[in-house]
Amino acid sequence: MMSAPPILLQGHRISRSFGGNQVLFDVDLTLHAGEVHALLGENGAGKSTLVRILSGYLPPSSGEVNVSGEPRRFRSSGEAEADGVVMIHQELALAEQLTVEENIFLGRELRRGLFLDRRAMRARCREALIELETDIDPATRVKDLSTSDQQMVEIAKAVTRDVRVLIMDEPTASLTEREVQILFSLVSRLRKKGVAILYISHKLREIEQIADRVTVLRDGHLIDTGLAEGRSKEDLARLMVGREINEMYPDRSSVASDAPIVLEARNIEVPGAVRSASFTLRRGEVLGFGGVVGAGRTALCEAILGLRQRRSGEVLRNGKSVSFRHLRDAVRYRIAYLTEDRKGKGLVLNMGLRPNLTLLNLRAYCHPLISRQREAHAYAEAAKRFDIRLRTDVSTAGELSGGNQQKLLLAKVMSIDPEIVIINEPTRGIDVGTKQEIYRFIRDLTESGCSVILISSEMSELIGLSHRVAVMCAGVLTGVLEGDEVNEQEIMQYASGIKGVGVNEQRRA
Amino acid sequence: MSSVVPDNNKSMKRNGFRFDIKTWGPFIALVALAILGVLINPAFLGADNLSNMLTRSAFIGIIAVGATFVITAGGLDLSVGSMAAFIAGVMIILMNGLVEQFGVGITTVLFGIGASLILGMGAGFINGVVTTKGKIEAFIVTLGTMGIYRSLVTYLADGGTLTLDWNVRDVYRPVYYESLLGIPIPVWVFLLVALVGYVLLNYTRFGRYCFAIGSNEKVAEYSAIHVDRVKTLTYVLQGVCVSLATIIYVPRLGSASAATGVLWELEAIAAVIIGGTVLKGGHGRIWGTVVGAIMLTMIGNILNLTDAISNYLNGTVQGIIIIVAVYLQRASWKKNNV
Repeated sequence: MMSAPPILLQGHRISRSFGGNQVLFDVDLTLHAGEVHALLGENGAGKSTLVRILSGYLPPSSGEVNVSGEPRRFRSSGEAEADGVVMIHQELALAEQLTVEENIFLGRELRRGLFLDRRAMRARCREALIELETDIDPATRVKDLSTSDQQMVEIAKAVTRDVRVLIMDEPTASLTEREVQILFSLVSRLRKKGVAILYISHKLREIEQIADRVTVLRDGHLIDTGLAEGRSKEDLARLMVGREINEMYPDRSSVASDAPIVLEARNIEVPGAVRSASFTLRRGEVLGFGGVVGAGRTALCEAILGLRQRRSGEVLRNGKSVSFRHLRDAVRYRIAYLTEDRKGKGLVLNMGLRPNLTLLNLRAYCHPLISRQREAHAYAEAAKRFDIRLRTDVSTAGELSGGNQQKLLLAKVMSIDPEIVIINEPTRGIDVGTKQEIYRFIRDLTESGCSVILISSEMSELIGLSHRVAVMCAGVLTGVLEGDEVNEQEIMQYASGIKGVGVNEQRRA
Repeated sequence: MSSVVPDNNKSMKRNGFRFDIKTWGPFIALVALAILGVLINPAFLGADNLSNMLTRSAFIGIIAVGATFVITAGGLDLSVGSMAAFIAGVMIILMNGLVEQFGVGITTVLFGIGASLILGMGAGFINGVVTTKGKIEAFIVTLGTMGIYRSLVTYLADGGTLTLDWNVRDVYRPVYYESLLGIPIPVWVFLLVALVGYVLLNYTRFGRYCFAIGSNEKVAEYSAIHVDRVKTLTYVLQGVCVSLATIIYVPRLGSASAATGVLWELEAIAAVIIGGTVLKGGHGRIWGTVVGAIMLTMIGNILNLTDAISNYLNGTVQGIIIIVAVYLQRASWKKNNV
């Protein structure tokens, strides 16, 4: 019998809190030399926090990190890298204005005397890129590269170091299928060299392909760990989600089977984001949109609304073909959009509450000059309807709490009296009480005959609120689930490309 | 507290009045300067001196009202001085040329004025469209057009000076030198422009959109605002203001040369900033701008009346005042956002 390969990196009973909020509970994780270890979990399960602790970006609140059996307290990621623990980030961390070569050697430039040894750096950089089978020129500036090429540079940057443990946080999120395969062959080569690899991904299909060992986290707890062999994708999906939908959600309103279709999208294609998507939305219905971040859900909706260019496809409103070239056109057709980025795109943070409320439909408060009185009146009404409660000294939107901001944004969006509301991540970063208020509000909307498109990364939210759920994976709308199909396992499988339209095409590509 | 849109908060209403250094700072500084002026020379607040001072501040003031819109919406226009010189040059050439056809009369002058307005709007439109559609920083675009207009007026004047026909000038002269109800015409124009500007900025959708775009362009876009259109419009408005300033400037000297309107852009920006408008956009105040423009002229005027500081140090004093004004605004800004 073969003995288990040596342990390179080990996390022992790691816990972490932010403020009063504990996100990791006594988690153990062991990485063996020459093994690919997959870390699985839903958004917010604590995966990123765990790997940031292992790679020295964050100290644990309690617990310890061992490298080759010796306890370490990394004070910075630099110290972890000195121990051979290197992390590839989910968000790219490259200096845009520098060249590929300069980025790869940033902070550890090769020198000859006082001067940079450009020739040696160029040569090593070439080698690394050739190993990745890309034709990226080391002299290109990073800002001129596509996102997937930037990801490859990030990977090259990691492997040119003397790496013993490589941590990859969703490395394939922005890669094409071909690049994913190249990455996988690189991973196998590193594995043969005895490197330990910790691989985070939502895509179960990928896990199945490369993982030797898996660990599943849920809500900060270690749920399962062991050999990948004998654990099916379906098992893993169930382990990741596993929780019951409780009474958070109000009963759904009923949708008549002959309810008219108010919005239809046919074969929408958005350059770089959506390859193919078609769906219909009926009157009084909540159509959920599931999928991982970057699957193209936001891009799809924004393209329909005229906020982004689309390459092809058709949009029908009440059966008639329409083309929105600006969000104003969509507003005219009584479609409202609640952005997921309320601070960056939703509210003018240094402006007062009333001007924020009326900004989307300012015309209604003009005759022809803006009437401050009408604005004040509208604000008073909105505050009542959406239950916006303030400390007395709040004068700008930036001073509001997350929940109140979300309510103000909701009030702003509703000021056009829409028939269709597209809601993107409505409960991100807000407290449970406000969440429930927003859920009830969505129910009330459909009850009054509005239709809602709900984009959410919270699985339970999708299931608890939607009549039907459309699922996207890598820019393709893989399927629309209805009735009993609307459950976590199904959604997971469509979202990770195991099931649904376009799976074969994706495999072949 | 930072009331970004002037009316927007409850506490102001509740307390009736709340002292806000950002709102009142420029006015206080103006009053302080005026008191200083009187102490130095009692003639300072005499009707003659006052009317002279206001008339002189009208050029920069009118241009600065336009600049308030551009800056509030997050833009910048460096080309206004050169634009004024170019417009003045074209006006003079046109009016001189029209003398043969229409004679020396009001018609000729009206043609000149009409041409000025069209040129101003056109020039502003170009700045706006190149900035928004070309997605080039306003600083670069208007730096470019600044050079273009400056060289064009030099070319038109063949390196020398363009002079308005003496007889036409007699007809046109009153626009700068006459008074209405005891107030010089340029001051009326200034007042009118400021009033219209005030209403536009604070009581119309266009004005509100300027605030929103200057604060956060993405939010504006997601609020279904035609961002490019509004931004372009601010430059057009700026062009119209430059044109109006030029219309009252030409009869003053009756000439234009490569030296006309030099550094006006910086004086206009200075007036806007002293007045409390935020250079990076999102917050603008018309009356502040008006006060800023008057203050800049007042400093020169006071230095003229005293021997304590040489008149040659005018720029030094102006520079110090600008920096101090912005420092005070920043300081209070910080305090408010804690």
